[in-house]
Amino acid sequence: MPNKTLAGTPVDTDDEGYLVNHSQWNKDVAAALAAEEGITLTDGHWKVLDFIDADFKERGAVPGMRRMNKVGNIPTKDLYALFPDGPIKKAAKISGYPKPVSCV
Amino acid sequence: MSDKIKKVSIVVSKGSLDGVYPGLIMGNGARMEGIEANIFFTFFGLYAVLKKYMGGIKIATVGNPAMRVPDAKGFPLPTILGALPGMSAFATHMMNKEMDALDIPPIPEFIEMIHDAGGKLYACKATVDMFHLTPDDFCPQVEKVLTVGKFYELAGGGQIIFT
Repeated sequence: MPNKTLAGTPVDTDDEGYLVNHSQWNKDVAAALAAEEGITLTDGHWKVLDFIDADFKERGAVPGMRRMNKVGNIPTKDLYALFPDGPIKKAAKISGYPKPVSCV
Repeated sequence: MSDKIKKVSIVVSKGSLDGVYPGLIMGNGARMEGIEANIFFTFFGLYAVLKKYMGGIKIATVGNPAMRVPDAKGFPLPTILGALPGMSAFATHMMNKEMDALDIPPIPEFIEMIHDAGGKLYACKATVDMFHLTPDDFCPQVEKVLTVGKFYELAGGGQIIFT
């Protein structure tokens, strides 16, 4: 049972607001999730979200900071500027993936 | 949940690999959660921010009764073998490999990551004086040299973690 409607799409989320089912995700849902975090999505944000999406599909996990730097070519500073106070967590949530489990 | 930690100040006092990494992981982890982070390097911990030495931090293979070979569930490493030349370098190499696989960066890169994440890095004045260090000895990410009094001032309103 979807517990929430985001941008007109019914979605299932966990207690912390992460989507449980990625198939319910689309770009409008992303914008609505971003708005909940006080973020308006720009091309810079989409570069991060697209990388998370591609990397998750390849490896089954949300990339950590170092992978974002080295593989995604996204500097740490940019990530903190785009997604303040918790870049990986926020970016993971907006991309419709689970909360990252890595310590680094 | 209501008492969310807003600020941590971490003291890194040891210069071995296992002395340095926990403080860096906790500092970086704090920033990843939106928590303000200060890291204060003192005594041998200071080597983690010395340009010339930060890339060569090693594990001590002597005086560590938990050390096992060839991996974490292997046999205890006898102290006398740990003292053999190259053992520390070898153990460090093995552990660096494991950390690299987990995307835990090498120390110089980690220091840069924490700095870029908005974490503040400080050096302890007493140690700087004792080791006869100059500003040139530090990596550029170090904010400044602090007295312990100033450190407490900066740590005000937050938690202090000693490692």
